[in-house]
Amino acid sequence: MEMTQYLDIFIEESKEHLQAINQQVLLLEKSPEELSIVNEIFRSAHTLKGMSATMGYEDLANLTHCMENVLDAIRNKKIIVTTQVLDVLFTSLDHLEAMVVEISEGGSGKRDVSETVRDLEALEKGEITMSAAHQDDKPAALSQSFDQYEKQIILQSKEQGFHAYELSISLRKDCILKAARVYMVFEVIEQIGEIIKSIPSVDMLEAEQFESDFKLSILTKENGEELKQRILKVSEVAEVVVSEINTERLNDSVLTESDHSSEKLNAAPEAKKDDASATSAGGSAAGKTIRVNIERLDQLMNLFEELVIDRGRLEEISKMLKSTELNETVERMSRVSGDLQNIILTMRMVPVEQVFNRFPRMVRGLAKDLGKNVNLEIVGAETELDRTVIDEIGDPLVHLLRNSIDHGIEKPSVRSASGKSETGTIYLRAYHSGNHVFIEIEDDGAGINRQKVLEKALENGIITKEMSENLSDKQCFELLFASGFSTAEVISDISGRGVGLDVVKNKIESLGGSISVDSTAGFGTIFSIQLPLTLSIMSVMLVEVQKEKYAIPLSSIIETAIIKKDEVLSAHNQKVMDFRGRVVPLVFMKEIFEVPSAMEASEYVPVVVVRKGDKMAALVVDSFIGQQEIVLKSLGQYLSSVFAISGATILGDGQVALILDCNALIK
Amino acid sequence: MLNEQKVIIFQLKDEEYAVPVQEVKSIERMQHITRIPRTVSFVKGVINLRGVVTPIIDLRSRFDIEETGYTDRTRIIIVSVGTIEAGLIVDSANDVIDLEADSIEPPPEVVGGVDAEYIQGVAKIEKRLLILLNLTKVLNPEKLAVLQPLESGK
Repeated sequence: MEMTQYLDIFIEESKEHLQAINQQVLLLEKSPEELSIVNEIFRSAHTLKGMSATMGYEDLANLTHCMENVLDAIRNKKIIVTTQVLDVLFTSLDHLEAMVVEISEGGSGKRDVSETVRDLEALEKGEITMSAAHQDDKPAALSQSFDQYEKQIILQSKEQGFHAYELSISLRKDCILKAARVYMVFEVIEQIGEIIKSIPSVDMLEAEQFESDFKLSILTKENGEELKQRILKVSEVAEVVVSEINTERLNDSVLTESDHSSEKLNAAPEAKKDDASATSAGGSAAGKTIRVNIERLDQLMNLFEELVIDRGRLEEISKMLKSTELNETVERMSRVSGDLQNIILTMRMVPVEQVFNRFPRMVRGLAKDLGKNVNLEIVGAETELDRTVIDEIGDPLVHLLRNSIDHGIEKPSVRSASGKSETGTIYLRAYHSGNHVFIEIEDDGAGINRQKVLEKALENGIITKEMSENLSDKQCFELLFASGFSTAEVISDISGRGVGLDVVKNKIESLGGSISVDSTAGFGTIFSIQLPLTLSIMSVMLVEVQKEKYAIPLSSIIETAIIKKDEVLSAHNQKVMDFRGRVVPLVFMKEIFEVPSAMEASEYVPVVVVRKGDKMAALVVDSFIGQQEIVLKSLGQYLSSVFAISGATILGDGQVALILDCNALIK
Repeated sequence: MLNEQKVIIFQLKDEEYAVPVQEVKSIERMQHITRIPRTVSFVKGVINLRGVVTPIIDLRSRFDIEETGYTDRTRIIIVSVGTIEAGLIVDSANDVIDLEADSIEPPPEVVGGVDAEYIQGVAKIEKRLLILLNLTKVLNPEKLAVLQPLESGK
């Protein structure tokens, strides 16, 4: 069977399962008694094993198999979950991850895992005397193992007087039509019994993808010798070894796994091992996802925009023709395409969970290495961000977390000396606010030592002596982001390699975000990152200036108002208005943008109050159209520096509207 | 080396100009153009070209030929040079022909009022005189860098 076409799926799914196992093992660490977690891990591991065996990655399958045995023992309360057990599980996971990464880079997925396998086996043996069954299962490569469903069948047919045999059949080496011989063997067996399993699979046998041996598990009423003679009558069969399948052994393992045998019984009778494990995966994976290249989403978006343009035209035509039927259809279409638009826009959004997921492991590992106790609390992992931002935000966050663990959280002895609990806590929070997503990393560590920061900054020539005396705390902490700054006294492997927070800051700013830091000595530090929700979609307020439409980003709007003409005041040759007790300068869009006159001046003046930092301005427009989600488009390279315009968007009617850059309008 | 070149011919006032087909992406009818405030006068604005916001240049204005109203024959030629894509408003676009390389001559000092720096060459075919444009020069964004500062708002 050609496997390469499944490789991508295999890699992605393996990553998902590994991630799931990772998370669950971390949960298990917190509540070692919780057997449902073990079941979850077991299920993921089982699927992974099935997939990798199908794809022919023996080492991967082997290792997961051993993990499974250990998990099984935990489940049957033969092993107690200890740190040692978890460490070995984590090591195995690291190996598995490395193998999957290697496979994804085109490697063979081979890796020397014998040591970890030994550890796992030792764990398994350490507490229990191994049953013979497990010994036999070990070299998963050839010996047959059965899934729940198959076991069930074997047990049931036993009760009805059938015998279960395992047949090892060898064809003669010079056999030419192997598939034909296999077919004949199958036919012989089917006259007297039923084949429940074959290794390799039937597909592979038919494609002649085997050397000369294959194994069959069958159910029949005939005895073993009779069976053997019948099969040997097929020409070019060299050897047949018949062994009876030990039902007690099966019985044993079925009972221990009975908790989820019921769900597998639903599988279709002809389900092979792989299929059965796939069904269980479908049950446990919460959301079904497919992966789409982001370029395709962009294309989809572009195509959709064209559709919207035509929709606009259709609407106009239907208005002209005044046909009720046409009207209804067009209205319906508008509604549907509105929904479609929402879906396309949100399709690019993914929860930050994707990035946060890998942090618990990392924090655990780092804390261990540094001899600190750290508890990571994640809040708001479901917060959604544009895919492009998600891809970029990982590294800066890793850097900040490392920073908090290395510099922030103190060693347990220091913590207890200063009256804190020995375990430090790092909060990783994500939440939406307006058009932005905020991510905060807060620790309850020592806080930033102002004096040390200043000394370091002086030493590195970032500030002068005079400057250092007049800095506020906030300004002082900002120095951390200056390039070439590192406050760690010892340069450790974890942070403080000189490429410090300035890199983080640059990265975040390149994403259109900002970062700030605040700290209280002795109580901790908080880094807050503000990010735009998306790089390509924003909420705007559409306004009209004479006959031209402009979009003002909602993020910079404080409020809209309609004032009377006589409320426009003059101060120093500058028109101003009174906005909740503050004098706010008016900016007449018509004049600034030299918009050709097309309308009579009205008695009332609509204004949009916008801000930049704590400065404000009121933009005078001619009418409000409303709020809208738009797709940000660049004006292209030719018009790269247009005054007070940050980009353009295409409106529902297909026309281009320009997006105002309020920052340029406020001085 | 090809010694033949396909060019698209368009008209501007009384002259015929040519641009290589490779640099032309499409030819569009006149449509709504969104004005861009405070930019140079020959940039008429932007249009939505199948989802891509494309700047539009009035070629008459670009070459300091007096502007006239747009007619049914007015076309926008979408050109793409390097990383820049733009539309050129022309009086009409009416022909595609093959030009022999040896029929192209270096530009004379002044042709039809268009500065020689924008001209790659002149081709004479029977009675017609075709002016080959150097689009890289025509689309040089440096010519845009003269934008006035803002005087109001505080």
